[in-house]
Amino acid sequence: MAATNIPTGGAHAQEAPHVQHHAAGDHHDEHEHHDQHWLFKYVFSQDHKWIAKQFLISGIIWAFIGATLSTLFRIQLGWPDAQLTWLEPLLGRWVEGGKLNPEFYLALVTMHGTIMVFFVLTAGLSGTFSNFLIPLQVGARDMASGFMNMLSFWFFFLAGIIMFVSLFLETGPAAAGWTIYPPLSALPQAIPGSGAGQTLWLVSMALFIVSQLLGGVNYITTVINLRTAGMSMAKLPLTIWSFFLTAILGLLSFPVLFSAALLLIFDRSFGTSFFLSDIYIGGEALNHVGGSPILFQHLFWFLGHPEVYIVIMPAMGIVSEVLATNARKPIFGYRAMIGSLIGISLLSFVVWAHHMFVTGMNPFLGSVFMFLTLIIAVPSAVKTFNWLATLWRGNIRFTTAMMFAIGFVSLFVSGGLTGIILGNAALDIQMHNTYFVVAHFHLVMGSSAFFGMFAGVYHWFPKMFGRMMDEKLGYVHFWLTILAAYLVFLPMHYVGIAGFPRRYYAYTAYETFNQFGDLNTFISIAAIMAFFAQFIFLFNFVYSIFRGRRATENPWNSNTLEWTTPVEPGHGNWPGAIPAVYRWPYDYSKPGAPEDFIPQHIPYSQTVASNLPYEKEME
Amino acid sequence: MIALGILLALVLLLVVFGLLFRLQILTSIFSGSYVRQVGLSNRVNAILMLVFMVVGMAAFAYSFIANFDKMNPPIASVHGLHTEKLFWITMIVIGIVFVLTQVALFVYSYKYQYREGRRAFFYSHNNKIEVIWTVIPAIVMSGLIFGGWKEWTNIMGPAPKDSVELEIVGKQFNFLVRYPGRDGKLGKTNFRLIDATNEIGFNLNDPNSLDDFTAGEVHVPKGVPVLLHIRSRDVLHAVYSPHFRVQMYAVPGMPTKFWFIPTKTTDEMKAQTGNPNFNYEIACNQICGRGHFAMKSTIIVDEPDDYVAWYAQQKPFAEQNPDVLAAFKNKKTPVIDEVPAVTTAAPAATEKAQAAL
Repeated sequence: MAATNIPTGGAHAQEAPHVQHHAAGDHHDEHEHHDQHWLFKYVFSQDHKWIAKQFLISGIIWAFIGATLSTLFRIQLGWPDAQLTWLEPLLGRWVEGGKLNPEFYLALVTMHGTIMVFFVLTAGLSGTFSNFLIPLQVGARDMASGFMNMLSFWFFFLAGIIMFVSLFLETGPAAAGWTIYPPLSALPQAIPGSGAGQTLWLVSMALFIVSQLLGGVNYITTVINLRTAGMSMAKLPLTIWSFFLTAILGLLSFPVLFSAALLLIFDRSFGTSFFLSDIYIGGEALNHVGGSPILFQHLFWFLGHPEVYIVIMPAMGIVSEVLATNARKPIFGYRAMIGSLIGISLLSFVVWAHHMFVTGMNPFLGSVFMFLTLIIAVPSAVKTFNWLATLWRGNIRFTTAMMFAIGFVSLFVSGGLTGIILGNAALDIQMHNTYFVVAHFHLVMGSSAFFGMFAGVYHWFPKMFGRMMDEKLGYVHFWLTILAAYLVFLPMHYVGIAGFPRRYYAYTAYETFNQFGDLNTFISIAAIMAFFAQFIFLFNFVYSIFRGRRATENPWNSNTLEWTTPVEPGHGNWPGAIPAVYRWPYDYSKPGAPEDFIPQHIPYSQTVASNLPYEKEME
Repeated sequence: MIALGILLALVLLLVVFGLLFRLQILTSIFSGSYVRQVGLSNRVNAILMLVFMVVGMAAFAYSFIANFDKMNPPIASVHGLHTEKLFWITMIVIGIVFVLTQVALFVYSYKYQYREGRRAFFYSHNNKIEVIWTVIPAIVMSGLIFGGWKEWTNIMGPAPKDSVELEIVGKQFNFLVRYPGRDGKLGKTNFRLIDATNEIGFNLNDPNSLDDFTAGEVHVPKGVPVLLHIRSRDVLHAVYSPHFRVQMYAVPGMPTKFWFIPTKTTDEMKAQTGNPNFNYEIACNQICGRGHFAMKSTIIVDEPDDYVAWYAQQKPFAEQNPDVLAAFKNKKTPVIDEVPAVTTAAPAATEKAQAAL
């Protein structure tokens, strides 16, 4: 092995954790059992693996809350004439004489969106896997700052508590849509949810942003500084690349949402007019003049659009890793995969106004943003083709994780393609805010991000809990979920093409839309089926934590570093020294090698038979 | 009692599932598949992948065709016909990509399922292929961008000089409609002048306002460009009329506009759709509160002659509300000129304001 292969930066950075965790390395067991009070081990833990589990379990709880809300409004849409008195024990006065309150309907839609986008698919997905995998896969004892990492979770927890409390307010939770466009979100006269509910929403999101920033700084620092010896950036698994770029996106865009929230708080509480002008409501003309509601939308979507990539990129990373591992093949076009992730990250900052084509924004801006938006399809297409090429001539093992990874690609393609229509300003005139949009983003960033998350949970469960999840239940879960996802979202395109508007409590008053009663009932039944299928996952998850089959160290014969740790790694991850890294993470089925995988920590000198010509000199 | 019964049945069902689950684990332990890396289920899942694709695509195609008429209500504007063409061209392009990629995904999954003794093909990259599949999407996308950009600039370009003009004002939860009257000029308005009678905020000190009239529904002539001036007096709304492919936000404090040429009268559409209740509808398409879902209005497309006749019958707001007019005469409200409202008399100023935004 040639020492020149080890980048000095990585080697240097390695010093610190070695020294710092010396005790943890040598006296690993004592450290665990004597030093820590249970409160600091299980609650205020600074261990990245435990924090990841905290994020995961909170994310699952939030996902069930978010899904429950969607089931409620799907009941309303599917059976608009039904008597809903049976929901009274759950919803109380929000059901008036057997009818759902229309304002509460809007609150359901708003909270479903907020919870799913931020609490589940941002915190639950990124929070879980960035935390769990970054130190394990780059070869670090822990995050750069365990304390900040802990704070990140507890800020998220606090944000969650506040958001949860807002569900039970007298005037209801925020109800102006998850995009909280003012003036609706600024004026309690316009909708009661814009009173205390919106205040709590804003406070909760502010804390959430703090959590994201604390987490993001940590992820970035860890990836840059704490990689083990030999782990150059070009040897990182694609998971780490995606978490790294996701963290950068979050760090650059969340502060803009924070500023928008802050200005909105000023407008709501201190009489400023950033977003308000020329308003007559509740029998009086307000004193706000000169603000622009469109300004808010620019600020919101400057976060909002990178946000959808914050949601999807970790899923892309997870899927790349799972596909390669289970196809027993190197990921096709490793460098192109990194390049397209970087391309998507850069472009994601210059496409935000495609959410605003018909807001009255200058049409020239519309042209520019249409151009930029459609360019972003190119790196996404490259990724898809590379995933397909990874499967080609593989030797595929259908683990549950692999099934979800394949499902991810399918849903990502189905949802992504319609983005080509929505990104076209001329076509968006008809499609804007219709169910076509709802179908598009639920497939491309909702369902597929969930599939990425499931792939991740099934794949890394053995490393998280030392046990395996049940595969058969996993298969049932997968097939029911992908079937339901398509049954819900494909028909939504049909109603969307006809112009069916989103966030409608009922559509029966419209000659144009009331023909879709049957399809809406169908969609609702499929959505309820999807909801119930998730209980299979929940059962499997909880059962397997306690009674699942015991895992081995490397159950999937995977190459990445986390599988070199003990079955249940303690604080500090490796009992001895951190392994050094010699090769990229995708040496699967290399010709000449005895096994169909060569982990990253195996030096070339031990694999003389399988080394490629250019690797010879590294022996 | 019934609830209790249902609960009991559910509990029993769960117990049965639980037992089945345990049974499944026990049998797999005995058969040895519990620890085997790749077992029978690998083959079953591979077959299911193929079945899912074939059945799924067939069902998708069937339901798409079955619902095709429903999702395509007739289009009644000139630009709508253009964008419709672009829409279906794009749909065909993405449809082809959809089929190719999904087929590749599921067929590869089936074909390259695990086989004992076979080894995957170690194939890490191929620059040529990667360049090809970067460049081809880029070219296709540029074609679509160009088509869209051309339509977009036409639609969003300035309305023809001979356009019929009117104003739609969104409020919770209906649309107000104002016509410029005989002089063809919409008078000034101001949100501070709004009250229960003067819902639009007419400034009757502006002579252009005196012949402006309001209407319960929108009337427009067929075959003539129609320019909508769109405002909101409270929260965001959107004027959305799917048959015309018209959509534009109503923004408080920032007037917007949209122009289109209707191609079929309401009566012609009634005949074409065979629906005597047919009406062009305006739906609010931006969440605006409790009544959002019911915030609708109607557009009636008349033959040009009928339109002129209808127009001539309308009485100006000032004439219908002499007390409001009198109040203006007495007070000479000073507030009027503080905020310039949209007037068609000063299109240049509006253009500039819009450009600045």
